[in-house]
Amino acid sequence: MGSITLSKVSKVFGAHAVIPSIDLDINNGEFVVFVGPSGCGKSTLLRLIAGLEDVSDGDIVIDGKNATELPPAQRGLSMVFQSYALYPHMSVRSNIAFPLKMAGEDKAVIDKKVTDAARVLNLTDYLDRKPRQLSGGQRQRVAIGRAIVRQPKAFLFDEPLSNLDAALRVNMRLEISQLHQDLKTTMIYVTHDQVEAMTMADKIVVLNRGRIEQVGSPLDLYHKPDNLFVAGFIGSPRMNIVSGPAAAAYQAHTMGIRPEHLALSKESGTWQGTVGVAEHLGSDTFLHVNVDGGVGTVTARVSGDFAVTHGDRVFLTPDPQRVHRFDEKGLAVR
Amino acid sequence: MATLHTRSAARLMIAPSVLLLLAWMIVPLAMTIYFSFLRYNLLMPGMEEFAGFSNYSYFLTDPAFFQALFNTLAIVLGVLFITVVGGIALALLLDQPMFGQGIVRILVIAPFLIMPTVAALVWKNMFMNPVNGLFAWIAKLFGLQPFDFLANAPLMSVILIVAWQWLPFATLILLTALQSLDEEQKEAAQMDGAGAFSRFIYLVLPHLSRAITVVILIQTIFLLSVFAEILVTTNGGPGTQSTNLTFLVYAQALLQFDVGGASAGGIIAVILANIVAFFLMRMIGKTLEA
Amino acid sequence: MARNVSTQRKIVVTVVAWTIGILIFFPILWTFLTSFKTEAEAIASPPSLFFFDWTTENYHEVQSRSNYFLHFMNSVVVSFGSTLIGLIIAIPSAWAMAFSPTKRTKDVLMWMLSTKMMPSVGVLVPMYLMFRNTGLLDTRTGLVIVLTLINLPIIIWMLYTYFKEIPGEILEAARMDGASLSKEIIYVLTPMAIPGIASTLLLNIILAWNEAFWTLNLSAAKAAPLTAFIASYSSPEGLFYAKLSAASTMAIAPILILGWFSQKQLVRGLTFGAVK
Repeated sequence: MGSITLSKVSKVFGAHAVIPSIDLDINNGEFVVFVGPSGCGKSTLLRLIAGLEDVSDGDIVIDGKNATELPPAQRGLSMVFQSYALYPHMSVRSNIAFPLKMAGEDKAVIDKKVTDAARVLNLTDYLDRKPRQLSGGQRQRVAIGRAIVRQPKAFLFDEPLSNLDAALRVNMRLEISQLHQDLKTTMIYVTHDQVEAMTMADKIVVLNRGRIEQVGSPLDLYHKPDNLFVAGFIGSPRMNIVSGPAAAAYQAHTMGIRPEHLALSKESGTWQGTVGVAEHLGSDTFLHVNVDGGVGTVTARVSGDFAVTHGDRVFLTPDPQRVHRFDEKGLAVR
Repeated sequence: MATLHTRSAARLMIAPSVLLLLAWMIVPLAMTIYFSFLRYNLLMPGMEEFAGFSNYSYFLTDPAFFQALFNTLAIVLGVLFITVVGGIALALLLDQPMFGQGIVRILVIAPFLIMPTVAALVWKNMFMNPVNGLFAWIAKLFGLQPFDFLANAPLMSVILIVAWQWLPFATLILLTALQSLDEEQKEAAQMDGAGAFSRFIYLVLPHLSRAITVVILIQTIFLLSVFAEILVTTNGGPGTQSTNLTFLVYAQALLQFDVGGASAGGIIAVILANIVAFFLMRMIGKTLEA
Repeated sequence: MARNVSTQRKIVVTVVAWTIGILIFFPILWTFLTSFKTEAEAIASPPSLFFFDWTTENYHEVQSRSNYFLHFMNSVVVSFGSTLIGLIIAIPSAWAMAFSPTKRTKDVLMWMLSTKMMPSVGVLVPMYLMFRNTGLLDTRTGLVIVLTLINLPIIIWMLYTYFKEIPGEILEAARMDGASLSKEIIYVLTPMAIPGIASTLLLNIILAWNEAFWTLNLSAAKAAPLTAFIASYSSPEGLFYAKLSAASTMAIAPILILGWFSQKQLVRGLTFGAVK
């Protein structure tokens, strides 16, 4: 139930290979996140799995059965769209009931499933409203409700939180994670936000220009990025990337050190520099330091409040255990 | 959505309208061209003979033709001027906050919904008539002689009637476009120190340029063929003072029954319309594609 | 415009706008009022605005003297008929062009619109002769045929723009929800297309009702719609202002009411969607 395998899947639009060739295994019950910058092909990949686009080559196997030629309706998957794609002329109840109606279920069964889903998602009071009368978050939940009632083999989410404001996004993130705990169904989630990826995923697939850069658990990617791209993409604020003589000092063509792994001191340290911008959040302090010796601008994070301002001199020392080394090709050297 | 239909199913669905319109375009026009080369009058049937270009030369050298050409242009330009300027003014007015805006909109739009024959007759009789019309009464109130609009200024009268009918169209289009102007842009201009007049010239007018072009293009197409208003008020007269090209051809076809001559006139009207459309589209092409 | 406009300014604007609005609307208002006057009252000097003896005799006279009802029905048949036939032909075309577009689709649409730019007078002669020879002259059928042809491009264009606005994602959602093609069309596509079809229908009825070239030239006593019937008042005998007003009021009332509801559609239809 809910295992998906992609073999040599590719998608070509005209002369442009949006996805050259991808192999990927998704296990039953996993929460997999496809993450990457705009245009990396993550939404396209999702749509190929859904069946909304045809593959140019390769196979998609769902639960051991080759689903490559199957239309979306027969793949047993549910999708939550970025714009929710609710049926505007139907009530919330009818929206949620629609998949069951298409499957030809009994009316009594449909009513029960809809009521259950509405209760789980706090939509019971809104069942008779039309989508245009709902807020963004409520529409989200209706879209999720519509996806749940089919009891699909896997849920597909296409950037579902992009259209919500920041506070709502945090709430919905938790709700979706909770949903995954409760249903234990496979979920494939597409986002460009690496915070969502890190907090929600069992497994992250980092995509760049149609290729998989790395697959792994959030902490795997955080601690052991395979290349410069993943190193720079995962983690906020970004990892500091330094090349030249400063990197050579660490026996690397390029070295990376995360802001949280720099020790700050006003007295001594490996690197010395002048504070450019200091961001005091109370819980953390972020310093953007212009380091001497051609190292460049380095971002450092300190827990709590660190009393420096623009123009002060500070010392930064990278934690030697946490330094990442990369060769000329940008690949990690371990 | 290429999964929705196969290519051939789609072609099948489009075919009826394409075939119908193709036939509508080609068949009657071809016949007109054919007739234009015949000496053919319905009052003398059976005497048709090939006439070469003589129909065309008669038509083009007829002084009535030049008058009609001039009148056609006058009507188009006159109505365009009144409706565009008036339309902008009305649109600006209607864009302001007021009470009962919905009702004012309806009042302003109404003339466009009136059939041309009704509009023309109402104006002709109840307003412009020098004996019983309202304008005559107003003139007498001020001690002036009533003005016989349709006899003394037939073309202007027709222009007035047609402009009254088309003003709502221009207003509606321009108002719609005006209301799409970002409120924040206007506020930014105010912050930048622009007064109301400057805001109009630099902000509003450029924003409206696309809508104005659309109004001009579409109105021109329809104004070239003004017919009913002329038929019902002046019948093209006195003489040919208010005859436009459309009316001239009509007169030759259905009043003089000169099929050959009217066909030639019809072709000339088509050619002229195409020339106008070509230049209009050229001038306008860039603005529309934006 | 400043968000907080003083009430004083609002009142000034209101007065100006209402004055201009009433001035523009005045001919219609005057027609309506005159229709309830006696003929003598209609040409009385000074003219009376509201305070006269209201009578409905004109409405009776128009109905009895001429077969008003016949012409009214002609207008109804011709405008509704041409609209319905137009829709039947146009819906599949607009559907196919909106949902299965090809590289040629835009060109085909532009060409269709360009057929509307041909001056009718250019084909007056052959149309008149063809209709005369086939017995279509002065028939409702003949008028329906012509009006369908001249309005078909607008109908197709309007439907196309409405169909294109249906979000593709909603149709994809239906497919994900297990809908087959026919179910997708029945349960999702059609309900979302109905408002657009209704708007197009409304607009076209208005355009056909008011058409005043072919209806004037291809009809006579039997099939004349209201446009032609009113035209017969252009050179009547005796006093006729009040009767003209009554006939006019009856002719324009349906469209004024329809137009009330169709303002947005008017803009979209007549600018070919170039201005929303």
